[in-house]
Amino acid sequence: MKLILSLLLIIPAIALASENEIAITIKNHKFEPAEITVPAGKKIKLLIQNKDATPEEFESHELNREKVIAGNSSATIYIGPLSAGKYPFFGEFNQATAQGNITVK
Amino acid sequence: MFGTALIVFREVLEAALIIGIVAAATRDVPKRNFWIGAGIIMGLLGAAMVAASTDVIASLVDGVGQEIFNAIVLGLAVVMLAWHVIWMSSHGVELSKRARSIGENIRQGSIECSILLTLVGLAVLREGSETVLFMYGVLAAGGANMASMLAGGLIGLLIGVAFGYAIYAGLLRIPLRWFFSATNALVMLLAAGMASQAAKYLIQADLLPSLGDVMWDTSSIVSEQSLFGMLLHNLIGYDARPAGLQVLFYLATLAAISVGAKLVQGKKRSIKSFKQEGPLVNA
Repeated sequence: MKLILSLLLIIPAIALASENEIAITIKNHKFEPAEITVPAGKKIKLLIQNKDATPEEFESHELNREKVIAGNSSATIYIGPLSAGKYPFFGEFNQATAQGNITVK
Repeated sequence: MFGTALIVFREVLEAALIIGIVAAATRDVPKRNFWIGAGIIMGLLGAAMVAASTDVIASLVDGVGQEIFNAIVLGLAVVMLAWHVIWMSSHGVELSKRARSIGENIRQGSIECSILLTLVGLAVLREGSETVLFMYGVLAAGGANMASMLAGGLIGLLIGVAFGYAIYAGLLRIPLRWFFSATNALVMLLAAGMASQAAKYLIQADLLPSLGDVMWDTSSIVSEQSLFGMLLHNLIGYDARPAGLQVLFYLATLAAISVGAKLVQGKKRSIKSFKQEGPLVNA
């Protein structure tokens, strides 16, 4: 298990060079920026920083992603390569306010 | 309150269905309830620990520690479920047909008990930690509607458990001659679904390629947010927009368990026929 894991860990290091990184901040149960535009056909790295004290879950049905982000900490989520379109995302623990969209062009 | 109930329900449902299915599948195992109870308690303790260290886990391995953790937990559960199916395919038929010697019963029971404990513990651990985090957030935020949110959490928990019990009771109604094939099929699909989820986490962490981001999109037919979609997701691993790797993991798990069970069954049969030819048959 450890060997496989360490082998797996090398892969992102190789891929890192050609990546598009997007930083998103969560504050007062809102995403900032809430509207994001990314290029189509590229792998995107989302760096999400939760500045609230409470945990949040980044979730998107369209992107098929979900990840819990603890209070006052950050997390990485990889998406794509995506085809053009609009991909809404939300914070599952605070759905009333935490909403956003990723537009792929 | 409704939103809270829904979130907790979703988390509890998966663990409850898993426990319901394995509880039914191990109904002949002695002291089964004790092992399930112990698994639930250990899972809850583990979930609290995982929830408390979410920030640490997440920051491990360049920010994808959470995905790796989930994938490992799921992978272990898949191995346990596969083990159960393969073991049952060699012993289940005899267990139901023949009177068993007590010694054999205990020996086989103890193997199943450790599987049972681990499976239940892992299911509760994974689903529990998110629930704990969410409810912690609710408590930390405080405010006037805290009581109603806690009530919502409780309602979600109870409904989730009710679904788990329903599948357990439903499976027990299946006549014995169909019972093992029915539970085996369900457990196999459960395992395949978990393997697909593990694949999803490894893609999300960019540790494995997606092999096609969206193989198909059936969200307009059965949405994963609908109750039916949720049940399908948790029971047979339904995914409205699966990546290629998920499909691959799903099919590979089904194939691996079927082949494993067939091999063990074939071996068993040849041993049995050998025994029956010999003079010391004691059946």
